[in-house]
Amino acid sequence: MAKITYITKEGESLVFEASSGSLMELAVKNKVPGIDGDCGGVCSCATCHVHVAPAYYEKLEAPSEIEADMLEFDDNVNEYSRLCCQIPVSDAVDGITVEVAN
Amino acid sequence: MQLPAKNKTCVIVGASHAGANCAMELRKQGWEGAIVLMDADENLPYHRPPLSKAYLSLAEGGELNPLFAAERYEEENITLALGITVTGADATTKTLELSNGTSLKYDALVLATGASAFVPPITGISNSKNVQVLRSSKDALAIQAGFKNAKNKNVVVIGGGYIGLETAASLQKLGGQVTILEREERILTRVAPMELAHFFQELHSKNGVTVKTAVSAKKITQTEAGLLVLGTDENVYEADLVLIGVGVRPNVALAEQLGVALENGIKVNEHLQTSVPQIYAIGDVAQFHHPTYNRWMRLESVQNAVDQAKVVAANITGIPTTYNALPWFWSDQFHIKLQMVGLSHGYTDLVIRTEQEKEDCFSIWYFKDDSLLAVDAVNNGKAFVLGTKFIKNNTVVDKEKLADASIPFKPNILIKSTTNVDKS
Ligand SMILES: Cc1cc2nc3c(=O)[nH]c(=O)nc-3n(C[C@H](O)[C@H](O)[C@H](O)COP(=O)(O)OP(=O)(O)OC[C@H]3O[C@@H](n4cnc5c(N)ncnc54)[C@H](O)[C@@H]3O)c2cc1C
Ligand code: FES
Repeated sequence: MAKITYITKEGESLVFEASSGSLMELAVKNKVPGIDGDCGGVCSCATCHVHVAPAYYEKLEAPSEIEADMLEFDDNVNEYSRLCCQIPVSDAVDGITVEVAN
Repeated sequence: MQLPAKNKTCVIVGASHAGANCAMELRKQGWEGAIVLMDADENLPYHRPPLSKAYLSLAEGGELNPLFAAERYEEENITLALGITVTGADATTKTLELSNGTSLKYDALVLATGASAFVPPITGISNSKNVQVLRSSKDALAIQAGFKNAKNKNVVVIGGGYIGLETAASLQKLGGQVTILEREERILTRVAPMELAHFFQELHSKNGVTVKTAVSAKKITQTEAGLLVLGTDENVYEADLVLIGVGVRPNVALAEQLGVALENGIKVNEHLQTSVPQIYAIGDVAQFHHPTYNRWMRLESVQNAVDQAKVVAANITGIPTTYNALPWFWSDQFHIKLQMVGLSHGYTDLVIRTEQEKEDCFSIWYFKDDSLLAVDAVNNGKAFVLGTKFIKNNTVVDKEKLADASIPFKPNILIKSTTNVDKS
């Protein structure tokens, strides 16, 4: 079980636990506002943009080229931006905090 | 007499991208009445795009990717009625007849019945086994099984549209020998310009798919060894499995019974209402007038289904909202991701920009004079995202700089000005 914290645009912290799927799927399942996941998690829509807490950003596998390309000109991009459909839920991300970007 | 909102029932027929999102949006927008979401398909509503892509790239099995977890429907108090077909409908009594013998009353009705794959009347087709379309999870399973049991892994795909091409790519990757028969002079005629079609044709050829253009299937013969497809080029193509991908027809049978106006789908106004009060239509089945492009259209995309779901939910809940969303679409084939935004219909010129450092990375920009209409991005998420922004903001793009790939792809360099331009 990994514990994931989402911080919404309104600054509310929402905490959920899961053992599989992606951070996007967990967010959609729990109605985290601002994460729609329209393309189903294939890096085609950018409706799952988050800012990862710096300490955890480093621990994640680097984004693929297509993910980095999608983020480069997206609104509210920063150095900790990720498309969270590309972050699998696993023990490696237990305790992670991500902020909804849009 | 007006019923209190709490005592009203909204029935949604079709629980796919349009219908399932509509149910969720109704709650989000404050609909207090009952919601019944019905589908003939027994599966928890699922994403369709993977059926021809990730799902079909697995030799067998694979899980459907649900649109929403089962708990979400419970939490939102949405009654999911799966495995039930709506067989009849009457607009005067506001009643639906169901395949389980019961009937159901509605106060508001959303027709999200989508479309079905069209099967052309090819001689011998009805006597042939292993001739498949691809629209539902059942279809995808049948293709998987047919391919798994195929002796020679010969696949003939009839129709070079996106579904045909994606299926061809997936089965070729699994070790198939795929031949695509396309009736027109080139693939993707309906949906992509020459330049893009050419790229995809090359892509498939390079990966071992045989692409035959200007050839239709005349006849299919079932033999003991498998299928023989006779082409209009008089060649006989051997196949263990035939995939038909020649487009879809909107599912309008219920709409017909309800007496709503039809025209290549269900005609809806800017609020996605049909010609009959309290009946709405969204998604692949809806024929609507797009204000920005100033023309009637029916779009077959996840974007259109999801965005129309939001607008119809608002209108049903009593918040008048007009549909005017920017269309976007994607397709995945081999190592290529195609992303399209806008509609290129009516363009006067185009700019093709090929990135220098990366292989197979380019974008096609469609203009009507100075107005940017659409962008097709191939392995180029940057062009897709920036193109989307430019179109939304009516940005005037410097075409010369855009065409010159030695000039960096940066918004501040490419923008000429932001003005209001007419796209119609
Ligand atoms: C293989 C495949 C790949 C695709 N790839 C992409 C892609 O990459 N990108 C993209 O944007 N789009 C893609 N699409 C298109 C996209 O899936 C459709 O635009 C979308 O599914 C439309 O949603 P819809 O809800 O309007 O209709 P549908 O998905 O067609 O759903 C309609 C539902 O209504 C039900 N129904 C109809 N009549 C009745 C009745 N009388 N009683 C009960 N139930 C009924 C049907 O069972 C069906 O489940 C793809 C489609 C397919 C088939
Ligand atoms: S869900 Fe579409 S890019 Fe992440």
